Amino acid sequence: MTEPTIFELSSPGRQGVRFPASDVPEVELPAAFRRKELPLPELAEIDVVRHFTRISQKNYAIDLGFYPLGSCTMKYNPKINEVTSRLPGFALTHPLQPEDTVQGNLYLMYTLQEWLKEIVGFAGVTLQPAAGAHGELTGVLIIQKYHADRGDTQRTRILIPDSAHGTNPATSAMSGFEVVHLPSDARGNVDLEALKGLCDENLAGLMLTNPNTLGLFDENVTQVIELVHAAGGLVYGDGANLNALLGIVRPGDLGFDIMHLNLHKTFSTPHGGGGPGSGPVAVCQRLVEYLPDPVVAIVEPGGEELPPLYGYAHPTKSIGRVKSFNGHFGILVRAYTYIAMHGRDGLSNIAKKSVLNANYLLAKVKDTYHLPYDRRCMHEFVVEGQWADAPGIRALDIAKRLIDYNFHPPTNYFPLIVHEALMIEPTETESIETLDAFADAMLKIAVEARENPELLHEAPHNSPVGRCDEVRAAKQLILRAPKA
Amino acid sequence: MFTPHTQKDVEVMLKTIGVGKVEDLFTEIPEKYRFPELKLPTSLTEMEVADELESIANANGSTKSLLNFIGAGAYDHYVPAAVDMLLRRGEFYTAYTPYQPEISQGTLQAIFEYQSLICELTGMDVANASHYDGATAAAEAVILAYHHHKGKRTKFLLSRAVNPQYREVVRTYTRGSKDITIQGDDPETGIDSSMEKLIAQIDANTALVMVQYPDFFGRVIDYKPLIEAAHNAGALVAVAVNPTALGVLTPPGEFGADIVFGEGQPLGIPLSYGGPYLGIFAVTNDLLRKISGRLVGETVDNAGRLAYVLTLTAREQHIRREKASSNICTNQGLMALASTIYLSLLGKQGFEAVSNLCFQKAHYAAKQISSIQGYTQVFSGQPFFHEFVIRSPQPVEHLLEDLRAYDILGGYDLGKDYPELEGCLLIAVTEKIGKEDIDLLHDALIEVTHD
Repeated sequence: MTEPTIFELSSPGRQGVRFPASDVPEVELPAAFRRKELPLPELAEIDVVRHFTRISQKNYAIDLGFYPLGSCTMKYNPKINEVTSRLPGFALTHPLQPEDTVQGNLYLMYTLQEWLKEIVGFAGVTLQPAAGAHGELTGVLIIQKYHADRGDTQRTRILIPDSAHGTNPATSAMSGFEVVHLPSDARGNVDLEALKGLCDENLAGLMLTNPNTLGLFDENVTQVIELVHAAGGLVYGDGANLNALLGIVRPGDLGFDIMHLNLHKTFSTPHGGGGPGSGPVAVCQRLVEYLPDPVVAIVEPGGEELPPLYGYAHPTKSIGRVKSFNGHFGILVRAYTYIAMHGRDGLSNIAKKSVLNANYLLAKVKDTYHLPYDRRCMHEFVVEGQWADAPGIRALDIAKRLIDYNFHPPTNYFPLIVHEALMIEPTETESIETLDAFADAMLKIAVEARENPELLHEAPHNSPVGRCDEVRAAKQLILRAPKA
Repeated sequence: MFTPHTQKDVEVMLKTIGVGKVEDLFTEIPEKYRFPELKLPTSLTEMEVADELESIANANGSTKSLLNFIGAGAYDHYVPAAVDMLLRRGEFYTAYTPYQPEISQGTLQAIFEYQSLICELTGMDVANASHYDGATAAAEAVILAYHHHKGKRTKFLLSRAVNPQYREVVRTYTRGSKDITIQGDDPETGIDSSMEKLIAQIDANTALVMVQYPDFFGRVIDYKPLIEAAHNAGALVAVAVNPTALGVLTPPGEFGADIVFGEGQPLGIPLSYGGPYLGIFAVTNDLLRKISGRLVGETVDNAGRLAYVLTLTAREQHIRREKASSNICTNQGLMALASTIYLSLLGKQGFEAVSNLCFQKAHYAAKQISSIQGYTQVFSGQPFFHEFVIRSPQPVEHLLEDLRAYDILGGYDLGKDYPELEGCLLIAVTEKIGKEDIDLLHDALIEVTHD
């Protein structure tokens, strides 16, 4: 059923919350600045609560079911995170409070920096970036400034594999670099020969997602990194797929110079319907002084009885600030909670179970769905959503039909190097029963595709709305509700 | 805990895959780096972690235990209970980006309503689904203006009275672009409210002029002359706003702004030590196709029913890749939802009431404090909203420290960012501050002031 907008539900004179009357002598705002009308809706609290509750019920969510969206790591978001991040001692602190009044916050940020450094094997971390793409921007600006400071200004090119997320080339271009595409080889690895041809004095760096978006660990990763380093370039690791590597291998040990982490993927903080995320960036020793300003540090060492004093430090060659204040602090509290609950003994279990789940699901569907790169996968895998004997059926139809089986569709049409791609990431938090049910649905859909293709073309059938007219949305732009 | 696998499950799964043990799934990883020992603490149970986080949180002094007059870009407003209760619905916070509109109508409708509310508040035609925060929205305004002029105009004028952190982030974002020069915020151009020296710098090479309303010092300035000069020169004007102020102030859309952006935190989002917040971003129809970030539009489904979808996605990085003007891939979904609920709950009357309370109480505070011997209000006589500048007879650092003995956070030390305002304090007052709180600050100031 269509839910009216908050404006349509408005009735003049209603008010959801009252505030105390002013207790100070009245002053007049100069008439020249006074606004004439404030066209906000008017509703009672119950109207507002019902409206948002009703529309919430039109969403699919992890709390409702399996969400195998490739490259998004839609793992369960522990409830305790929502409790700890809302503790008044955290939630009610102002970002500009004097440092000695926020020693708890600074301790938490400092410790999280240390933990993340240890987990990924780097020498420095910034918690400032707001999201993965924002972390990428931070990292690529560090590459830019590193070369500029050395007078290496002819280094204008960033290499990006053809399987990369769109944010990689967009970030590089935004930071003033020329993007050069790097092909994959027949096994889905970086094409080493092509790479050698591109490693020259113009090379600023390489952005590499490993495991890549095919869910494959690059078998030549150390060679790839050595080639780029030998040419004087830096290697940026896109941490989108770090979930597969927790406690398994540290990207810093492999030779990566910079890496962003997605706390909203790997470290269980909620996706929130599209944000807020959090994208800390880790760097190797030679780049520590380039981190955004400021970072959290111990400013006075503690004594036997006394805890150390935490505060802000200012990297000497910093690229500058990338965001207001101190990053997405509330998200940092959630990630801290999650890491503390796993500890050194439990972190690798996350990667192990996520890779186990992905390979199990792959084994169950790969005889039915073509696997373009027939290798063991890491935390996710990509199959083709098309068959020669089911003409007209596309990945999109399969994705939409999965909704009828109460599953969220996998990522589709990405990576671009696979036709009709379906990218499936089950994550570690799903049980064998859920994986079996999903595999069953995938197999049933493959049969339906041959026997009753209309069922797929018209799917989904039971969702709050059916397939939406996106062309109309873009042509007859309506981007706001009419006024109340 | 968070992985449901029993030993038996693992065995069945390994057999299906055809490997002997889980470790065998990782043979492609170079052996010498495989399975490192991590120097981390041992794992905690939920009960233990709850205790640990509680004790860390208790090591802070919060705005609950301290009387807070710090603003400077983040403000301590009352958040009605229903906001957070609704945010806690798993259907909202455990969903991803609404790429599958059939099962994301909740998120999509909420964003559509958010866009609508921001348009009403700012007086603009179109709002996007949000940026990360006020500072990054400022950087996106610069990038938009750069592309609007097809890279041909290289001068970007920022008023010195724009939040210093916004200006710093703009500089970071544009450090790779050789043809963007950021200027206008130097001490020579200054912070005079006439804006004459800034206006004098507007020329045919100026892509954008950025000002703040109310400005970083809380002043409400008439920007019409500046906007007229900018438009005459073909430059765009971006106005940073505090949304709370727009409950009583004329929205920038009514005096000619091309871009209105700002920090949306005051709209129902807790201080949370600086984030996550909300980057408001709205433009005129002329700039609609230049806006970055997500947009939600109305359409119909295959049965003709009203539906919402992400639209004009061809502008975005996942399609345009290196040709996209911005790499932004998320929005602040849940924070935009918080502000949508907040504005819906307060509504026309409640929001105006909050805005007016801030205005009234700040004026009482300014009057009380500037009545103390030795304390003067800087920019006295100029209109201001809920923040004002006080010159202190003693070093601000000491003053703030002395006030702490009274459990008061006295304000923000402006000398840190503005040498010309050394000895000055930026004081913010919201609806949460009562008359007695202001009197307490007043009395404490008298007590800590030495001759």
